[in-house]
Parts: sequence; structure tokens; C-alpha cells
Amino acid sequence: MKQQLAKIREEALAAFQTAASAAALDELRVKYLGKKGELTAVLKQMGRLSAEERPVMGQLANDVRAALENALEESSKRLEAAALELRLKAEAVDVTIPGESVSIGHQHPMNIALDELKDIFIGMGFTVMDGPEIELAVYNFDRLNAEEGHPSRDWSDTFYFDTDSRVMLRSQTSPMQVRAMDTMPLPIRIVAPGRVYRKDEVDATHSPMFHQVEGMVIDKGVTMADLKGTLNAVAEKLFGEGTVTRFRPHHFPFTEPSCEMDIQCHKCGGAGCPTCKGEGWIELLGAGMVHPRVLEMSGIDPEVYSGWAFGMGLERTALRRFKIDDLRLIFENDVRFLEQF
Amino acid sequence: MKLSRKWLSEFVTVDANDKQFAEAMTLSGSKVEVTEDLGAGIKNVVVGRIRKMERHPDSDHMWVCRVDVARNEPVQIVTGAWNIHEGDLVPVALHKSTLPGGKKIEKGKLRGVLSDGMLCSLAELGLDERDFPYASITAAALLNDYKPIDPAKPSIPADIQPGHKIFGPVVAARAARVENTGVNLWRVTLTYGESDGPTAVSGVTECQNIHEGDLVAYNTKTNTICTLPDLHAEQREFPHCIPDGIFILHEPCQPGDDIKPVINADDHVVEFEITPNRPDCLSVIGLAREVSATFNAPLTLHEPVVRGGGPGVLTELLDVETPDAALCPRYTARMVRNVKIAPSPKWMRERLRSMGVRPINNIVDITNYVMLEYGQPMHAFDYRYVKGGKIIVRRAENGEALTTLDGSVRKLTENMLVIADDTRAVGLAGIMGGENSEIVDDTVDVVFESANFDGTCIRKTALALGMRTEASAKFEKGLDPLNTLPAVNRACELVELLEAGEVLDGVIDILNYVPQPTVLQLEPEKINALLGTGVPADRMQKILRSLDFGVDGETITVPSWRSDVQRMPDLAEEVARFYGYNNIPVTLQRGETTQGGYSPVQQAERRLGSVCRACGYSEIITYSFISPSCYDKIGWSPDEPLRTSFKILNPLGEDTSIMRTTTLPSMLDILSRNYSYRNKSVRLYEIGRIYLPGGPDGLANEPRMLTLGAYGEGYTFFTMKGAVEALLKELRIDDVRFTACQADPSYHPGRCAGVYAGEKMLGVVGQIHPAVAANYDVDCELYCAELSFEALLEAQGPGAEYRALPRFPAVSRDIAVVCAEEVTVGALEACIRRAGGKLLREVVLFDIYRGQGVAEGSKSVAFSLTLRSDERSITAAEADEEIKDILAALEKELGATLR
Repeated sequence: MKQQLAKIREEALAAFQTAASAAALDELRVKYLGKKGELTAVLKQMGRLSAEERPVMGQLANDVRAALENALEESSKRLEAAALELRLKAEAVDVTIPGESVSIGHQHPMNIALDELKDIFIGMGFTVMDGPEIELAVYNFDRLNAEEGHPSRDWSDTFYFDTDSRVMLRSQTSPMQVRAMDTMPLPIRIVAPGRVYRKDEVDATHSPMFHQVEGMVIDKGVTMADLKGTLNAVAEKLFGEGTVTRFRPHHFPFTEPSCEMDIQCHKCGGAGCPTCKGEGWIELLGAGMVHPRVLEMSGIDPEVYSGWAFGMGLERTALRRFKIDDLRLIFENDVRFLEQF
Repeated sequence: MKLSRKWLSEFVTVDANDKQFAEAMTLSGSKVEVTEDLGAGIKNVVVGRIRKMERHPDSDHMWVCRVDVARNEPVQIVTGAWNIHEGDLVPVALHKSTLPGGKKIEKGKLRGVLSDGMLCSLAELGLDERDFPYASITAAALLNDYKPIDPAKPSIPADIQPGHKIFGPVVAARAARVENTGVNLWRVTLTYGESDGPTAVSGVTECQNIHEGDLVAYNTKTNTICTLPDLHAEQREFPHCIPDGIFILHEPCQPGDDIKPVINADDHVVEFEITPNRPDCLSVIGLAREVSATFNAPLTLHEPVVRGGGPGVLTELLDVETPDAALCPRYTARMVRNVKIAPSPKWMRERLRSMGVRPINNIVDITNYVMLEYGQPMHAFDYRYVKGGKIIVRRAENGEALTTLDGSVRKLTENMLVIADDTRAVGLAGIMGGENSEIVDDTVDVVFESANFDGTCIRKTALALGMRTEASAKFEKGLDPLNTLPAVNRACELVELLEAGEVLDGVIDILNYVPQPTVLQLEPEKINALLGTGVPADRMQKILRSLDFGVDGETITVPSWRSDVQRMPDLAEEVARFYGYNNIPVTLQRGETTQGGYSPVQQAERRLGSVCRACGYSEIITYSFISPSCYDKIGWSPDEPLRTSFKILNPLGEDTSIMRTTTLPSMLDILSRNYSYRNKSVRLYEIGRIYLPGGPDGLANEPRMLTLGAYGEGYTFFTMKGAVEALLKELRIDDVRFTACQADPSYHPGRCAGVYAGEKMLGVVGQIHPAVAANYDVDCELYCAELSFEALLEAQGPGAEYRALPRFPAVSRDIAVVCAEEVTVGALEACIRRAGGKLLREVVLFDIYRGQGVAEGSKSVAFSLTLRSDERSITAAEADEEIKDILAALEKELGATLR
């Protein structure tokens, strides 16, 4: 019996080792460990043993059973691992096949540029303001110190809705300065982006409708140095740290002193190149200290309050930002264009 | 405004190259657009004198010249030009020279003969005959150049000899001697054989291409040498007898001189952008003053001195009335008699040309010269056409006609100001003179007008007549009335300098206003407070003084030409300009902190935009104005109330003439454009305004619309509906309903839904009506949705709030019911929800089937229902009970039976 057990043990262990599949292994389990298996068959002979032999044989038989069970477990793991490996191999994919396309829409480049600007100003404590595009000439001109007779009021330059030239399409976002002063408590810090309209035929650099961003600060003790500081910070955020700017005297009816702000050409570093038309500088925006008459017309005492304002064309900024060479693309809305942003 | 730096140097000396000059002037407020070096293209071109000319040994038309250019040896140059003669001064482009346009000249051989450069024509130097009128060329028809058009039938025989008759009195003759007798004048001695022997004649000709030995056509009757027109010949018959050739110089210059100063190509012309508040800078003197202040260089102004003494008494000859005083604040005039009209001298022509003005004659040139120098437009009348010796500055009569100098007949109105004599208008005040009083070659007496007119009146007149002139462009900005007198005196001074006539003593000067200088207090602390600077008071005073402001301590007297300076900030700008804008410190905004941010509307706009993009829709921006025909194109009925639009009275064109009351045409335009570009799959959105009449102050209401538009393979009504549902979900809008809508004429009546939140309509979604799509040249299915942005915002649900996750398992049951076609999925779903108890949590459609097993006119609709309780696990029996109720309701209410 002892020999039988040893034989079973030897045979079974060898058989487990070489089992090629889970099914074969299971067959072996039944063959050796099953209810009608060989080990059970041996154990059934226990009754013939003497009382002294029985515990010894019992012990031996249990050892064999344990050894077989362990071996069975090991073989089963080995087979599982091998099967998994095979499966993984079979499931391998060609990772260079393109992914399933997810189509996400694109924001219009003009609004990407606008959002950047808005975020910069919001970070500086400015409120974003909206206003009407069909506007009173009083707000667009008179209240901005461009009185009757100012050339921009001509019908050749501005769109009108009545023969009295009273209601018009705003030609600038500057009327938002007046609307802000009329409706908001002091101090004021606003930016007002929006559509503006001028009687220009469509070409690579002109459009009868385009966008501007107006900005204004009114407070006690506001200086031209503040104007420079704020707009310099904006330029750095827009065009990168270390962007060099310069301020040139200019003229607007509603600011005094007035200026234009240039940034040094990023292409040539100021030496002059086709991008900056040889000037070394690129005009970015117009600005100035709010004219005392404009403050007075809005009931703000220029002896107590001062302010500065700026206006910038958005298309030109977007065009420069994305190196777009023709303004018409902006309003053409060809998806092959839109999908690039 | 162009400025000749040569002319500028008469008033102020500046040591700065073009770049430095441009930068400094730009930073002090006179923006330089561009600087033109008139001689930029010319290098190594000198004056030469032709010493010797020989015909080219191997060419029938070229000359070999020995040219003295003040070197050891004359240079040898071969030319094909025929207008040169020995002794002529000519421009010589030497070996390794360049000419305008980048043309490079190097030595080379022409038919085997060395040419050490090139003789230049006017055009080759970048000039034309207006610069040097004397350089125009007349060519004789040289018979030795004759090439018959048809070689078989020559009009002139190849072997023609002197004395042979050509036609009528015209015979062939040989030039025996050619002598120069003056500018463009030659005495030519001709021999021509007659039957009884050679005959010699001599005559003077302007033809410059005749040399000894040439055979010419001589008209014995008129004693002239024939040109091509005289022979009725075509240019190709005499290919080298052309009205072109070398520029023969008649200037005070020597061989070896650089050509640039000779032809004024050594000047540099700076073009400024002058802002409308500074009309004083539209003049050489005005800019000189800015240059002087910018470079801290002294300004040398010149006081005109007029000798006068011309015959007659001015007040007896001329009377001026200004009945409309407000439109003519000042009128100043002087008179010149015994005028000799002639070209003005070279220096004056050059200065005019460099600033872009065409020279005409001495009197006209003087008025232009003074306008450029002083910025004061002037006009010269021929006195004999000023009837009654009276000038009246009056409003035109309605319908009055005037032929202006440009030959156009102008119909005038009473809002326009004319210069008139006793009987008629002779000029359009401040804009252009009349043809009837133009200075002509035989003008004898001249009236110089130097006046000041109302800027707005001039501007409106110029605009109404479409004739903006140099003069009107100046007047419309408002000129200094004190400038009229020095200007008219300067004109008279120039008349005397040019010996162009005799100036009468005295001036007619009508002042209709009281000159009142602006006097301001200098408040340095206020100026510094505005600028954020610490500029000392004495520095401010110095700056103002350099601009010719009167400075007496704190009292500042603004000069008459600076009407733009009225208040403290104006003075601050003057200080800042010359202190340097870039020297103003840079500080960050101080003061009370303000809370920046977006309004709720703007936030919603951003959120919806990003949902649209997440759904695959790209943003577009379209024009706010559309064509009135768009309303027809989208199928609106003629009485659609939304057709009432804001109408632009002066649009660029019909297509952009009304403000849109719907965004649909804009979207369809863009879809159509993309379709025509063959873009396959397109999904677009726009958040844009519409403009509805009825806003405050006669303005518009400008609500925003969210518009979606798409087409492409596999795109259906439900694709678009899905995007709309995603938007509504983002806004947590409750109680959403889609109701079939057959009434919208822009949409397919069977594929269009109204979108509602409760009873509130949010917009419409659907397929564009095929007829409308066809109007936009699209033959595929277009889908659009138009949602009112404001309505969406109003229907917006409350912010997100956490609800506990289900703790007990759900039971799901699928049901399929058969019902009539007319029963909508919406109705079935609503019925299920009503009939389902508290346990029913979800109803999801998963199939609609028609066909085998389902009767014609019916359909099978399958839903997956989810049942769940928050308190306990529900049993299958409970679920079955619930489903039984639902099925009963479906059958009772909608006749839908379990399949």
C-alpha cells in the first residue's frame, strides 16, 4: 500500500506537470483525486490494515493528497498564465491605425483673441460691458466731443438710419464710455468689446463691419503714467513678457493728451522688415486721458476725477496673432479655415 | 503732407539722417509715414560733354561718342540715340552705375565697339517732360532711316538722291552743315540737286536728330524739314526717328558733376500723417516749427518784403464785399499788373514737384508755392474777367452753374460759397477757381486772393460736389485767419523776385471777426498730476516758448494757428510731446480695487459656446446687415411682421442694407458657401444679435440668437435635435417639449419642431425647406436650429445640487407596443410617465419597427423602463404590477397594445 501511494504520487505529479490544457488537468484531477479516483481506491483498502498501521498509512495518504492538490493548483496557475499569454497575443492591435475620430468644434479665431483680451482685463478688475450697436449719434459723436461738422459724421463714412443723422450704426465702441459714465457708479473700470461699422468697401484689410474693444478707467488721481502701466501690462500678457512698447502723440476728439501705442516688431526686433512695413513698430491701439469736456458732459467733475481710455481693433490683433493675411477670411467662415484654430 | 527736406532747411537746420529724423518727429507727434530719397536709385551718374561723335562702323543707326567726364581721358560710349550733338552736356551712367528701378549699367561691347557706360534719357533718370519741359524732342524724318512697310513697294526708292522729288514740293536733300543756334534750335544747310545743279538752302529747325550727311525730306515751298506727320509716315517706316533720346542738359553744371543735384535728386521727401487738429502742420513753416522744437534747433522765419509801386491805385481798381460775414471771416487781396506769364524758375518747379505739385506757370506756381510754404490756400484771378472790378463773396443761388478749372460744370446750392464779380461767379470759394477767370498765357493783371473761409461750409460743399482739393482739405480743418496777410505778401514778394509783374501798393483786407488770442494759466502741478510726471515749471515754459506760445510767467498766450489748444490738458499734451511720451513713468493703476468679471449673460454665452463646440459645431461670425431679398429667400410671406427692419439710408450696397431680424439667412449663406466649396460635413453655430425695431430712444432691441446649422452624410433631424437637447441640458432647463411645427415657412413642414420649456417657446429646430435650400443653391438636406438666447437664459434651471445615489437595485422591463402611425413617441412616452407610479424612474425609447408582423399603418415602439425604490429592493411582482398599469393606460388612451 505504501508503494501504491508512492506510485500514485509519482505518476500523478508527472502527469500534472505535462497536462497541456485545463480540461486535461481536470481529467487528471478526477483520475487521481476524484471520488472514484486512484487515491480514493487506495484509501478504501485502509480497512484491511491493522490498528497500528492505519494511522501511519492515513498520515501518508493525507500527505500524498496534499502534495497532489498543491501540484494541481500550481499546474492550473501555469496553464492559466499560458492561456492568458496566448489570448493577449491574439488580441494585439496595430496601434498605428488612426483612432476613432471625435469631432470637436472650433472657436472663431476672432473670439479666441477677444477672450484672451477679456480675461486679461477681468484679471485687472475690469467689468465686461455690452451695449447697443444701433446707437444715437449723440453718444457716438456729440458726447465724445466730435461735434457737428466732424468729418467722421459724414454720410460717406458712417451708416445712418434717418435723414436727421440721429440714429446710426456705431462707428466705434467709444459710446460705451458715455454709457458707462451715465449708468455706473464711480470708480469705473470697464472693457466693452463689440461690433462697429464704417463705410469701407471689403478688401484684404477693410470690412464695413469689424470689432473693437473699448476700455476706460475713471477714478480720482488717475494719470497718464497709469495708462502706460496698464497698457504695457496688457501688451506683455498678449505678446509675451519683455514686449517692448512705445507711445506716440496722436489725436482723438475725446481724449487729451492722446496717444497711439506701438509694439516693437517681433519679427525684426525693431530693425524694420516687411511685417512692420520697415518701421520697426506695429501700431496696436489708440488711447488717451479722457477729455475734460467728455467728463463734464457726463456730469463728472474733471477737477476731482480723471480717467484714461483706449480703443483697439480686434481683427488686426487676431490676424497678427494667427498670421492670417486676409481680413475677408474672418467673415467668410469656410470650415477649412475655422478648423485650424 | 509731404515735406522737402531741402525746403525745410531754409527755415531750420537739422543734423539727422532720414531714420533719426522720422523717429524724432514721430515721437513728438508728427508721424512720419515714409521718407523718399529722390536719388535713392541713382549711383555713379555724372554730367558729361560730348566731344566727338562718329557713326558706328558696323551699325546703320548707332553713334560712337567720346565724352568728357572730367577724367584724364574722355570715356567712349556707344548710343543709339540720334538727338545728341558734339558739345552737348548729357547725363552719363558710368561703368558700374545704377539707375532708378534698379537698372545696373556696366561696360560692354555694342557690335564690337567698347561702350564704357550709357548716356541717359529723362525716363532713365526717373524724370519726365514736366520736370524739364525743354527736354521734349522733335524728330525729322531721315530718309537714310527709311524702311518700307512692303519691301516690294517702297514709297521712297532706296537709291533716292538729293534733288529727287518725293511728292509735291517735297524733295530729298542732304544736310551739309548743322549748327546749334539755341536751346533746341539748329540752322541746317541743305543741298539738293535740281536739274541744273546742286542748290543750297539753309533754315532753322527744332528737329534734334539731324547730323551732317543725313538725307532729309525738304519742303521747298515752306522751307521746312519734314517730320513724320508731314510725310504722313508711320513710326515703323522710320524706326529711329523717334521723339525720344538723350536728356540734353541746359543747367549750370560741368562735366564730372554728380547728376543728382542737377536734377534735384539729392532731396529727401518726408511724408507725414497730420492729425485733423493740426492744420498748421499742413505747411512747410508749420512743420519747420515742430522740427525746431523737436531738435531744439533755431527757427529762422522770413518776413515778406514787397517793394510795390505798380501802376494805379488798388482801391480804385478793386472792391471787395463779403455779405455773408460768418462764412468768410477774412478776405485779403492784392493786385499785380503787367504780368508776364512764363514758366517759373527751376528751383521753384523743383520744390513744387518734390511736394507733389505740378508746375504750370509762374503766377499759378506762386500761389501753390505759398500754399505749401504758409499753409494758406491762395487763388489768382485774371483781373479782366472780374467784371466791374468788384469781388463779392456770397452764397451761390440755388441752381447757379459754374464751370470750374477742371472743366466740369457744377450745379450749386445756396449752402455753397462763391467768389463772384458783379454779374457771375468766378470761383468756388476755398475749393477751386472758375474757368472763366483762369490765368492764361496772355493774362496781364492778376488779383491774388488770400482768404479765410468757414471750414464746415467748405467741407460740405466739397463733399456735395465730390471735389476735395488741396485747398478745401486745408480750409475744412479751420485755418488761422491771421495767416492771410503774410501769405499774400509772400506771393507778391515772389512775383517781384521772379520779375513776373508789378505789384500794386496796398492790400485789401476785410476782417469780419475780432482776433482774440486764447490766454491760459500755466498750472504745472495740475499738468504733472494728469501726466503722472514731475516736469519742472521752467521746463514747461521752455517747451511752450519753443512752439511760439507767448509765455509771461504763468500766463500763456496761445498762438493764433493753434486753435486746438484751449485748456489745461491741451497744454499738458504740448509739454508731454516734447518732454517725451516715453519719459512719462509707468505705474500700475492705484485706487479702490474693483471686482471685474462677466455678467451672467456673458457667462451663459461662454457656456453655450463651449457646449456647441463639444458637440462638434464650429463658431462663425456673420454680418449684421443683410439684403431685403433674404426674407423672400427664406420663404417669409410678404406680410411677415418681422420683415420690418432697421434700414440703412446710405448702405454700401443693397446686399448690406438692412439690419437682420433673423439670423437664419446669415447661417444659410455660410452653409451654402461651404457647400459650394465642397466641404463635406459642416456643423456651425453663431451667437449673434438680431435687430428689432421698438427699442428705447428710437433704437433697436438687440436680442441674441443662438443659431446652429449643419449638413453632411448621416446628418438627420435627430442629430440636430440631439445638439439642441445637449444645450438645454447644460442649462438644466426643465419640462422641455418638442412639438411638431408645420407653420414655419423656412422649414420642412414634416421635419420641424418648436422647442418649448413649459409653455415658453425657446426656438425652432428642423430641416430647412428644400425650396429654401434651393434658393441658396444647396440640393442636400440642411438642418438649422434658432434659439432665443434670452428665452434660454430665462428658462435656465437652478444650479446643480447633489442627489443621493441609488442604494437599492433597479428592475428593468422592456415593453413593445403596437399603435397607429399617428400616435407619436412623445405621446406614448408621456402616457407611460403618467401611468407609471413613483417607482418608474426612466423611460428610454430603443426601437421603432414597421413591417412583417405589424399591420400596415401601425408601428411597434419599444421602450426600456427602469423601476426603482429609494427605500427598499422591489420585487418582480411589484414591477409586473406597475407594467400592467402602464400597458392598460397605453391601450386605453392611445390604443397601443402589447406586441
